[in-house]
Amino acid sequence: MSDGTAMVRAQGVHKRFGIQHVLKGIDLEVQRGEVMCVIGPSGSGKSTLLRCINHLEQIHAGRLEVDGELVGYQQRGDKLYELKEREVARKRAEIGMVFQHFNLFPHMTVLGNIIEAPTKVKGVSKTEATERAHQLLAQVGLAGREDAYPRQLSGGQQQRVAIARALAMDPKLMLFDEPTSALDPELVGDVLDVMRDLAHTGMTMFVVTHEMGFAREVGDKLVFMDDGVVVEAGAPRDVITNPQHERTKSFLSKVL
Amino acid sequence: MSISGEATGTAEVKAVPVKHPGRWVGVAVIAVLAAMLINSFFSNPQYKWGQQWKYFFTSPILHGLGITLETTVAAMAIGIVGGIVLAVMRLSPNPLISSVSWFYIWLFRGTPVLVQIVMWFNLAYLFPHLSLGVPFGPTFVTADTNKLISALTAGILALGLNEAAYMAEIVRAGILSVDEGQAEAASALGMTRTLVMRRIVLPQAMRVIVPPTGNETISMLKTTSLLIIIAVPELFQQGQNIINRTFITLPILIMVSIWYLIVTSILTVGQFYVERYFGRGSSRSAPAATLPQRILRAMRYNRPIDHDGNMIFSGPSKR
Repeated sequence: MSDGTAMVRAQGVHKRFGIQHVLKGIDLEVQRGEVMCVIGPSGSGKSTLLRCINHLEQIHAGRLEVDGELVGYQQRGDKLYELKEREVARKRAEIGMVFQHFNLFPHMTVLGNIIEAPTKVKGVSKTEATERAHQLLAQVGLAGREDAYPRQLSGGQQQRVAIARALAMDPKLMLFDEPTSALDPELVGDVLDVMRDLAHTGMTMFVVTHEMGFAREVGDKLVFMDDGVVVEAGAPRDVITNPQHERTKSFLSKVL
Repeated sequence: MSISGEATGTAEVKAVPVKHPGRWVGVAVIAVLAAMLINSFFSNPQYKWGQQWKYFFTSPILHGLGITLETTVAAMAIGIVGGIVLAVMRLSPNPLISSVSWFYIWLFRGTPVLVQIVMWFNLAYLFPHLSLGVPFGPTFVTADTNKLISALTAGILALGLNEAAYMAEIVRAGILSVDEGQAEAASALGMTRTLVMRRIVLPQAMRVIVPPTGNETISMLKTTSLLIIIAVPELFQQGQNIINRTFITLPILIMVSIWYLIVTSILTVGQFYVERYFGRGSSRSAPAATLPQRILRAMRYNRPIDHDGNMIFSGPSKR
């Protein structure tokens, strides 16, 4: 946990769904405070990689570390031991995740969504969690919407609540799984603004996205994945303006 | 439905509505049948109106009603709690636990509830004494089965454990109806499986679970009358006692039926409010319309309605 270790380190990570080989040896590193953007065609394995990072999916080979600790396992000597459910949950609590379809809890108000995990998982008092929720809602530009139910909000507003909900756990790493893909075009900007502000606070972010503008402007690193492998990685400007690989070129020519 | 003004001018559509002669024939037939029934109420002396009202509020009947309500509440409590446990077991990743649940449901749903009632009542034949202790080892407390399990307890147990099997399937359907993304988002926040189930999945499953549970409760209220077979002094048994004394059979049965109808009507109203509570946060499922509103609406638009009071459109355009 010294400053020398990367926040996320993947070494030869493989993942299969039955006979389908989804990740075929992924190597990458995300440093503290860095914003890593991952692009690639659908089915390239980028969302699966993201879900492996907080152990929503299990990897089949390789090593995957978050903050210097193995994901889902503990190493003692040469042997790996699967972590108990409670330990997996404890580690997940330190990693925020934002989904393509928001996945807000529809039976709870905005405030209820945000304070649920801090009070039930971390044991923070309700008053303290509520106070923090007010701050976070102001931060994502939704002050005063505490009592609304998710259904009453637009997609962009729901996604910003989802970001506030993840931030309420004070995560050390934020995962974004195509956060703007399900939004109407005119609502995308608000969500990206919130993410940009968040990046400026020094949050480590792992963003699977199709927003090239965001990747170029906010990203510190850009990874292009295709068919379960990292095809190309580097500074976003270089990868976007001067792609080296044929596959990157053809993908970028379609999305830009 | 309406034609927009800009596109076609502002004239409202005036058309002769479709005639429904068949409907009016139906109304006439029903009206005649209803008139015959009402006429029989007044002209047939065998109804013995007045006889049943004499017993309506007597203490045996009210006492029986009390036991009927008590049994319904207790059996449904066992059924709901047992159903939730069985449903969660059924969805467990552990194959042994899920098979135990499957077996329970198979057994209790596959045998008649009347037989189960009599079996619980006669449990003492099989196990004259019930004890608490180490399996195959020493026992600490022993009780006489017949003293421990009265007819009422046997009845409540039988109805409750049988109900649990049905409730399990209802709860399971509810759990499966909740989007997987919900459990995923909750786990990503660091919640354990139990917490996810209790705080996120089950409350949302309630929307699907409550309406059939209301039906089950109403059904249970009436099923308690089966306990007459083991002489539990519930409403039907009390009515039967009066019949045995006075031989005014049908009037008393009508009185008992009226009591059941009163309680089921109250339960129906209660169900409406419970459903509205669990439908909060979702605009679609809140049953906003009461029965009279539904009927009015259906008549006005000539459309059939579903259970939520929404009109059923057969075409592809749903709204």
